Amino acid sequence: MRELSLHILDIAQNSISAHSTLIQINIEESSKDNLLSIEIIDNGSGMSPEFLKTVRDPFSTTRTTRKVGMGISLFEAAAVACGGRLELESELGKGTTLKTYFQLDHIDRAPLGDMAGTIQTLISGAPDIDFIYRHSKNGKDFVLDTTQLRNVLDGVPLNTPDVLLWISDCVNEGLSEISQ
Amino acid sequence: MKSLAELQEIRNRAINQVNLRKDREDGIRVVVGMATCGIAAGARPVLNAFLQEVEKRNLTNVTVTQTGCIGMCRLEPIVEVYVPGQDKVTYVKMTEEKAARVVAEHIINNQPVSDFTIGSESK
Repeated sequence: MRELSLHILDIAQNSISAHSTLIQINIEESSKDNLLSIEIIDNGSGMSPEFLKTVRDPFSTTRTTRKVGMGISLFEAAAVACGGRLELESELGKGTTLKTYFQLDHIDRAPLGDMAGTIQTLISGAPDIDFIYRHSKNGKDFVLDTTQLRNVLDGVPLNTPDVLLWISDCVNEGLSEISQ
Repeated sequence: MKSLAELQEIRNRAINQVNLRKDREDGIRVVVGMATCGIAAGARPVLNAFLQEVEKRNLTNVTVTQTGCIGMCRLEPIVEVYVPGQDKVTYVKMTEEKAARVVAEHIINNQPVSDFTIGSESK
């Protein structure tokens, strides 16, 4: 994967498959600590302790059609290659929290990439799930919370094309503001 | 910064179209494969290209949805187009440019783009 935002999209798709109703994506960039952290928290079905032990292995998957599942292993490899790591906590029936850490200025660190595209894609695929996206960059914060948007939309689905484009613009503008 | 007031306006405009979209159960479905393989191969810009084309051309009878891995990872990004009453058409190795052509030729003019289909790939 060329962008970290693609890993986020991929991992959050797992949260959607796990029947989550709320998915939180927290990104923190800190130049002072030379750290980029990405956290994906869901309240889905969670994993058993046995599955949690093997889930980082690419030959471990919940899927029944074939025996490979690359998502978590690829994300972990990306973090480890940048002097970072991947942490996983999960409990059956409660949900899963996945967190990765990257050395911000590491030469091998892929760019974060198109987060607006990732958020837009997630919402368009799962308009009934709530997403909270928090992005903090050197102390400045951006938050997109679909529960708020849902109140304004009052019955109009989040995956209406116009609304999706607004969401994507909103993320792009918000991120460029906190980057200044 | 985008304001919620702007979203409110979009909502007021969209409320009528939503009803249109709901009423059209005979609509065309575009399904994009969005598993790890699809995402790595570039499915996200393809999906967003379809959304933008549908919005730009105001195609209220078209829904764009997502699915998991279709099982031919080497041909990703894969897009399936379901037109009611016709056979499903599977497009492989899609790009944003190809997506625009599929919308114009297949979805609007009902002429599947045979250059991009899975059948042409295996030849």
